[in-house]
Amino acid sequence: MTLLQPKDAAEAAEMILWAGSERASLEIRAGGSKGGLGRPMRADHVLDASRLAGVVDYEPAELVLTARPGTPLKDIAALLAAQGQMLSFEPPDWRELLQGGGEPTLGGTLACNLSGPRRLRAGAARDFFLGFAGVNGRGEIFKAGGKVVKNVTGYDLCKLMAGSFGTLALLTEVTIKVMPRPENACTLLLPGLADEAAVGLMAGALNSPHEVSAAAQLPAIPARRLGFADSALTALRLEGPAPSIAFRAEALQLLFGSGPRLDAPESEAFWRKIGEVAPLLSLPGRVVWRLCPPPSVAPKLVAAILEKSPSAEHFYDWAGGLVWLSLDAADAGPDAGASLVRAALKPFGGHATLMAASEETREKVAVFEPEPPALAALTRKIKQGFDPYGALNPGRMREGA
Amino acid sequence: MIVMPPPDAAVLARRGAIVAALRGIVPGEGVIDAEIGRRAFECDALTAYRQLPMVVVLPQTKAQVVEVLRYCAANKIKVVPRGAGTSLSGGALPLEDAVLLGMSKFNRIVEIDAANRCAVVQPGVTNLAVTQAAQPLGLYYAPDPSSQIACTIGGNVAENSGGVHCLKYGLTTNNVIGVELVTMEGEIVQLGGKHFDTAGYDLLGVVVGSEGMLGVVTEVVVRLLPTPPGARALLVGFPGIEGAADCVAAIIGAGIIPGGMEMMDRLAIQAAEDFVHAGYPLDVDALLIVELDGCEAEVNHLVAAVEEIARKNGATTCRVSQSEAERLLFWAGRKAAFPAVGRISPDYLCMDGTIPRKRIGEVLLRMKEMEKKFGLRCANVFHAGDGNLHPLILYDANKPGELDRAEGFGQDILRLCVEVGGVLTGEHGVGVEKRDLMGAMFNESDLNQQQRLKCAFDEDSLLNPGKVFPQLCRCAELGRVHVHGGKLRFPDLPRF
Repeated sequence: MTLLQPKDAAEAAEMILWAGSERASLEIRAGGSKGGLGRPMRADHVLDASRLAGVVDYEPAELVLTARPGTPLKDIAALLAAQGQMLSFEPPDWRELLQGGGEPTLGGTLACNLSGPRRLRAGAARDFFLGFAGVNGRGEIFKAGGKVVKNVTGYDLCKLMAGSFGTLALLTEVTIKVMPRPENACTLLLPGLADEAAVGLMAGALNSPHEVSAAAQLPAIPARRLGFADSALTALRLEGPAPSIAFRAEALQLLFGSGPRLDAPESEAFWRKIGEVAPLLSLPGRVVWRLCPPPSVAPKLVAAILEKSPSAEHFYDWAGGLVWLSLDAADAGPDAGASLVRAALKPFGGHATLMAASEETREKVAVFEPEPPALAALTRKIKQGFDPYGALNPGRMREGA
Repeated sequence: MIVMPPPDAAVLARRGAIVAALRGIVPGEGVIDAEIGRRAFECDALTAYRQLPMVVVLPQTKAQVVEVLRYCAANKIKVVPRGAGTSLSGGALPLEDAVLLGMSKFNRIVEIDAANRCAVVQPGVTNLAVTQAAQPLGLYYAPDPSSQIACTIGGNVAENSGGVHCLKYGLTTNNVIGVELVTMEGEIVQLGGKHFDTAGYDLLGVVVGSEGMLGVVTEVVVRLLPTPPGARALLVGFPGIEGAADCVAAIIGAGIIPGGMEMMDRLAIQAAEDFVHAGYPLDVDALLIVELDGCEAEVNHLVAAVEEIARKNGATTCRVSQSEAERLLFWAGRKAAFPAVGRISPDYLCMDGTIPRKRIGEVLLRMKEMEKKFGLRCANVFHAGDGNLHPLILYDANKPGELDRAEGFGQDILRLCVEVGGVLTGEHGVGVEKRDLMGAMFNESDLNQQQRLKCAFDEDSLLNPGKVFPQLCRCAELGRVHVHGGKLRFPDLPRF
């Protein structure tokens, strides 16, 4: 096991080339905060991107930032905040969920295509990833995309990199689109709704012209873990200039009834916890799934799962398009509930990812939704094209790929 | 002129048999063999390039698409997919030895699903028709390319089309959540759906904008948004381009992302005003149209903020729309800018580079110099918010040499865009038009990676060849795994 720490793209290319020549595999890592995400790897060496760090260029008026991938996300956030800007896709901090420490970096955030409660309104990391330079598994240095916010020159390889978990190339420089921070924010809380009614309400709110930028439904027990009284909680976030928020909050209350409001700092903390999956954390002996179904079927999906596994807990990060599910590991059985969850999802479409489980479990169970044969064949050919030796993050997404 | 790949004589020799085989798959009028019928498909909206297709097939069902592609793959026959043929980059330009696969009969809106805020549509549905179908539910489809009355969703997916609202609402890629794709081998794959994101590589993300080279899209799921309750536009004139550019930067710097923000130069303003009589000021060098949308409280708040910023940046005129009719009038001139320029010149070429906005003054100045060099005029309309330029180069195709000069002018503009840190195309695509300029932006290694993606989908390069890449894909060579002779070692590396 060798720790390789390239200082630039040229050195990284040489290292990857060397690994190829040795038929050795590399685990790509930077801050090490997402080591527990995906399948466990058995790589021969570690390719540590921590030295590939630092902001290269930031032009607030152009809405564009270029940085090296090992730059800590907190540094990027602080830099943007000083200019009244932000990462609009609200990358969640999953360190507690994944029970690892480390320091989330920009590169890891993009490679795992993170997104938060603003997913519906703004998009995921993929939607803000404008360009990059990288090194593929053949040790070839290349670039794709651009450093401007609007570009269709050539194939959009940024999309291919986002969510490829480092299995196709090492990123050595990335360019992202940044957005202004909303002037103000508030969150409306509506207590006491059952899932079905809450999902109907959230759909109505999101379809209304009142620009709801996040929505969530917490059953009573998960709500209590966030420090709220013993009742289910439906939350709707509004962002924008203060007069606009005041108007829209009134309009929503006319439609859906009134409840307590969280002011801007409270709202920020609340949605950060939703992104972090805080309502289902710190439960010993449980596994956590992230379900991405077509929105309207979610209550039915959850009911089907609860029927089979009464000890399951859940909440809806609704504008994130997600249902988070926690299962008792003992009840869920040796497959961590994979067959239960995926069978329940199958009639509706969508996908489920096993997020938090022991290493042994993640090795045995398909962490990411299995792909049908024609799609799996495309995946294999793409991997083969970019990384024919299987040098980069072996087995991170799929067994043998 | 761009040279297309030489036709395959063996395929041309079998033309009769190919037509017969296609008739066996798609009955009746779905196969167009007669020259007069094929003539209608000889070009897209980049009319400078024309080529009669070998045969035109207009399938009506997914099964027919699968069969046509399987037959063509098995017989090594090239296929060029086509939507409405409104590409401005020649993306749907036929090939002499290729089947032209027109998707116009896939014209059904399958479902408007309000509960899931999406629409399921066939690729031949026009962009505007999606919004029209969603309107009764208070929803709309955000990307709105200028050709939205004619262009189809399938073509929008192929080109990753934009429009005036994409600074705030994104391009096609940010608004499509699923496609059903038939690969060149005739395999059907579902990428995405009514849910967000995928469990594996984001192939939906790479198919959008792939210019019809990775597969044929047979169904699309688009995201719908609630229609903004209101909008007002400001018409702001500046004595110089720099003031307008500074104003745009200041608006964004103030944290305002307008629904649309467009800039026009003097020649474009004059042409548009003569054509539409929108009341544009004629004594300014640059005109901005800034549209703010949302609830009334928000719109009024932002209008006041933008007025203030405009004044600080030296605006000489600033009018705020007082009615919906006036707002639409402000836009009418901008939306008619291309035909307006068409009135003052027999022909024009529309370019599409993107630049970092801060370089706009310098780029427009350099274009003025190019006007002298090439002896041609150039009008500029500009998606100012995102730095996407649309220089319109005026020429007369009937004057010998003018088209060549116009193309030379266009290429110089695009090289300049890349030189200042921008890109060759912001929303029209590479197609054939910018194919040979790809080397200005990407080196061989960069292009190899894009071609490797292409090879994973279509290793015989049968789907829309001759587009995007200056050289055809050499999949066998690109896929080769090299055995390294001399081993590289790192004796100095720290070890655990």
